[in-house]
Order: sequence, then C-alpha cells, then structure tokens
Amino acid sequence: MNTELDIMSESSLQFFGNVTASISHEINNVLAIINENAGLLEDFILMEDKGIPIDSARLKILAGKISTQIRRADNVVKNMNKFAHSVDKSVKRVDLNDLLKLMVTITNRSASMRGVSIELNTPENPVFITTNEFFLENYLWLCLDLAMDAVDENKSIAVNAEDGKTYVIIRFSRLKGLKDISETRVSRVTQRQDGLLRALKGRLTTDTERGEIILILPKDINR
Amino acid sequence: MRILLVDDEAELVSTLAERLEIRGIKADWVVSGEEALARAGKENYDLAVLDIKIPRINGIRLKKKLQEKNPNMKFIFMTGHASENDFKVCSIEAGPEFYLVKPVDINTIIKKINKALKISGKKL
Repeated sequence: MNTELDIMSESSLQFFGNVTASISHEINNVLAIINENAGLLEDFILMEDKGIPIDSARLKILAGKISTQIRRADNVVKNMNKFAHSVDKSVKRVDLNDLLKLMVTITNRSASMRGVSIELNTPENPVFITTNEFFLENYLWLCLDLAMDAVDENKSIAVNAEDGKTYVIIRFSRLKGLKDISETRVSRVTQRQDGLLRALKGRLTTDTERGEIILILPKDINR
Repeated sequence: MRILLVDDEAELVSTLAERLEIRGIKADWVVSGEEALARAGKENYDLAVLDIKIPRINGIRLKKKLQEKNPNMKFIFMTGHASENDFKVCSIEAGPEFYLVKPVDINTIIKKINKALKISGKKL
C-alpha cells in the first residue's frame, strides 16, 4: 500500500514530467518553424542560382519571422527556468500573482489542446505568500486540470486571486460541468492529493451550484 | 494530386506548403481539425499530413473522420513528441514509415509523400 509520501512523490514526478513534456513540445515547435524558415531561405538562394532573383522584401519578412520565434523560445526558456528554480527551497516567499501567471502560461498548451482558454485576474499589487512553491504549483496544476474537465460550454475558465489578511483565496470559476463530474475524478484532487494540500496548510472546497473550485491558502505556512 | 497539411502552428504549416510548392507540389494547409474536415468536405484529397497534437480533435481522431469522407485517403503523421506511445499509435494507424518527428527535413517528407501515394497507385 502506498504511503502518503509515495503518493506525493509520484504526483510531483508526474507533474514535473508533464510540465517538462509540454515545455519541450513548445520549444520543438519553435525549432520546427525556424527550420522551415531557414529551409525557405536556402530555397531562395538555390532559386537565385537558377536565375530567379531574391526578393529582398521576402527576406526581410523571413528574418522577422525567425526573430519572432527566437523571442517566443526565449520566453519559454525563461518560464522553464523559473519553474525549475521553484524546487530550490522547500519554503520561500513568493508573489502569488507571478506564480499564478507562470502556471497559467505553463498550462496554456494543454488548455488549448482541450479547446479551453484561461482568464487570470490577480490583485493590482503583489500578493506575497510564504509557502512551498513547488507543491503549490503542483496543486494549482491539479486544480486547473480538474477545472478544464468541468468548464462550461463557453470553454473559458476564470481564475481569480483574492488577497486576505492572513490568507489568500484562489477561485476557479465558470465550471458548470462540476456537478456532472464523477466524485472519483474530483477526489483525485480533493482526497488523493490530501498530503499536498496538508503540506500547503490549505483548504479546498467545491461549489457545484456556482461552478467553482475554491482554494484557500495561508499567507505564511510557518504560522 | 491533392495534399492537405494540418498543424496548429500556422507559421510552420504555411512555410512547409510554400517549400513544397517551390518543388512543384501543391498542398493546401489548415490549422485545425475542424478546418481540415470542412476542406475535406469540399475537396477530394489524396493524402493528408497531420500533426498528432492539434487542439480539440487530435490527429488520430481526425484521421478516422477524414477517412469516413474519403476511405482512400493516405496519411502521414507528424509530431513534436517522439514518445514511444505516439510511435506505436501512429504505426498502427498509418504504418511505421509514415511517422515523422519535427523538425522535418523537406526531402524526407517528399519521400514519404511519394511512398504513400505509390501505395495507392498514384504519384506526384
């Protein structure tokens, strides 16, 4: 029988693997586009050798396209780096707004595959919380995955962060399908990941009528 | 000879189509499964090059739906993932030789297109 630690380790590894696969897929797509554009440049050169002049305007467009893809890859790598460093310390002070932005960006590819968009609303000012960053990222990923299964016909999830005095609330809404999801599926987040939630000293509730998943976290897990 | 390219990366699929056209191969391109099905409803394609991971309808499901419209259509799968499972599924669906991992070499893809068409007694 699995211990809670085994389950958490398995879940963390699964999460890390999924995120890494998604990021590598994104980078691979960028490389594939650069490859095609570089190939097209070569084609133009070969055509010129056969007497067809190179159109400088086309070259300029191609160079612009390659630069765009390099900027795209740069953002992907920066996010990957941020994510990788989330395991540096078991507990640290993080800006929840930044962390939510990162998780929404990381989840975007899988959301787009499922035809879902994610709208993130965070408070104007930074919301600092002291927590286990990696566990929180893992838990948010699980919540987003569940939310994607429960999203209503508009296929748009709203994620709202609210700043309290000693706690923060993260609300996943527009989930009218929550009532149709089996309890087993919901319990994968609410029960199987109990250890994760306990480590975060958080609380999760689901409101099937309003179509919401509500995650409440302390601002400081050391208190 | 009618070829359809399907990939959610418009930049990739449009450039690939342009490079094929330079080599005398005319190919239409779309960025979603829904668009692919709509196009296949109007045109009689001989071959489709499909990305496995496309939004909403994945490449394997799309292949089945396209085949309902045209049972003789041939398929080549492309993927950014080189996972064992993807390879297994694509091998079953299209044959192991019709599975390409991105970035794709233009000459390799043309060889695969030729091979797939040859099986159905057609050529470029």
